[in-house]
Amino acid sequence: MAPDARAGSLLDVRGLSKRFGGLQAVSDLSLAMAEGEMLGLIGPNGAGKTTVFNLVSGFLGPDKGEIRFGGRSIVGLKPHAICRQGLARTFQIVRPFPHLSVLDNVKVGALTRHANAREALEQARAVVARVGLAPKAAVAAGSLTLADRKRLEMARALATEPTLLLLDEVMAGLNATEIEAIVRLIAGINESGVSILLIEHNMRAVMALSHRIVVLSFGEKIAEGPPSAVASDARVIEAYLGEEYVHTAQA
Amino acid sequence: MRWAAVIAIAVLLALPAVLGSYAITVFIFIFFYAFLGQAWNIIGGYAGQLSVGHAAFVGLGAYTSAMLSIHAGLTPWIGMLVGGVVSAALGALIGYLGFRFGLRGFYFVLLTVAFAEIFRIIALNTDWVGGAQGLYITFTGDPRQFQFQDNRVYYYVSLGLMLLATGVVAWIERHRFGAYLVAIREDENACEALGVDTFRYKMLAIVVSAFLTGIGGTFYAFYLFSLQPNSVFGIPLSVEIVIRPIVGGSGTILGPILGSFILSPLAELSRTYFSQGGWTGMHLIVYGALLIGVVLFLPQGAYPALRRLLLRVRG
Repeated sequence: MAPDARAGSLLDVRGLSKRFGGLQAVSDLSLAMAEGEMLGLIGPNGAGKTTVFNLVSGFLGPDKGEIRFGGRSIVGLKPHAICRQGLARTFQIVRPFPHLSVLDNVKVGALTRHANAREALEQARAVVARVGLAPKAAVAAGSLTLADRKRLEMARALATEPTLLLLDEVMAGLNATEIEAIVRLIAGINESGVSILLIEHNMRAVMALSHRIVVLSFGEKIAEGPPSAVASDARVIEAYLGEEYVHTAQA
Repeated sequence: MRWAAVIAIAVLLALPAVLGSYAITVFIFIFFYAFLGQAWNIIGGYAGQLSVGHAAFVGLGAYTSAMLSIHAGLTPWIGMLVGGVVSAALGALIGYLGFRFGLRGFYFVLLTVAFAEIFRIIALNTDWVGGAQGLYITFTGDPRQFQFQDNRVYYYVSLGLMLLATGVVAWIERHRFGAYLVAIREDENACEALGVDTFRYKMLAIVVSAFLTGIGGTFYAFYLFSLQPNSVFGIPLSVEIVIRPIVGGSGTILGPILGSFILSPLAELSRTYFSQGGWTGMHLIVYGALLIGVVLFLPQGAYPALRRLLLRVRG
């Protein structure tokens, strides 16, 4: 991608590095996202994907590198400040407020944009309906099924009215029908103008959804491009399946 | 609900007309400890930050207004607010240390206990504030000095304090502040991800809680006409403050009040009756037994259980 195209991008990460003791979790990573884009972030377990999310969303501070969101640096900002700028995330291990109802969970997110409690409740109701949780709005979040918790996690993030949404494995642990439904939901969110950065292990889903894909392995970017190109990339196949499969897969 | 509250307040306002002097004293304790419990409820119940050192705020508020009254002649009506502000400042300091450095759970408990103990030991060893003897206030019966000939005035003042704190909690519960506090109690990281400045709201909660508790210190000093380091800064008082909202239902508007209506008469009666037969401290055994019962059978406190029961009765 040309440098001037990156300057105007929604998210611009350059030279991002993070080390945990002896482990280089993320190494000199650069990536950019355009407004409205759906970018898939894939890689084998332990590749550093969630660390990238934690760095971008402010839950971890980088050792090196720059993160610009909407043209402004967000390095060093607290997670709540980053959220207020329009960058929301979900957690791989969902973190509902277990004793609060689904609606009250989402209301907490809505309060970020609507200080008035009644307005926030209206907004929350709309978001709950949008993700298909309306019949369970009054249920305590702690008693939801995993699939519904993942929806709730997305609903809360959406309620903060983000321009960029970071989704961390929202399909993990779901059955085929549930995945189909959540893929439709994600596509719909993206079509409504929200850019999405997607960590996902479900290849079929991530290939279908993403405009572009970035592949991480041992903290480094090893490939980037449209889904079809990435799927046939030798280094990607090697990272996922091991060296001996590269030839077979390409044949 | 609103009508029930209006009726309850009307009954409490009319009650002194028919109550004897001892009963009025018991009600003063009920209201006063409900007030302290309600103040604690903001940080301990709603925000879920377990302070077991709230006596520090009572003591600081009490010493501040008593010293100002004795040495500077300042009326406790104003000293009460000064004491509240000083306590709020201490709350801000404890909050800053605890929340900035991420002390959670037991560590926060220890921090709050440590602060109360530090103040107790300082007061014990500082002659300027009366040392172990503490401070004594001369009774003049002058309302301008927060002293009343008639016990019923203390009744109304303590009732007013309880209603004030309950009003503050009711306001908080209806606004963003309250929703954020409850969410912070549930999961702080999730809150941060949703745009909640958890540090700021926890600080606000402890400052408001400490301010109200500090006001309570003035009532304590000028109702009893004396204050000693061991009684106003001691761990037993901190436990008294915490136990009512927990028994009644912490993080609910009526929990501290219900808890105080259950525990304060019990404490007062056992103190009165058992102390005569050499059974001093018996009320602590009663507390212990009650606390075990609550933890076992009503882990969320009496009020949520009562509400469920009422809903079931109504159908």
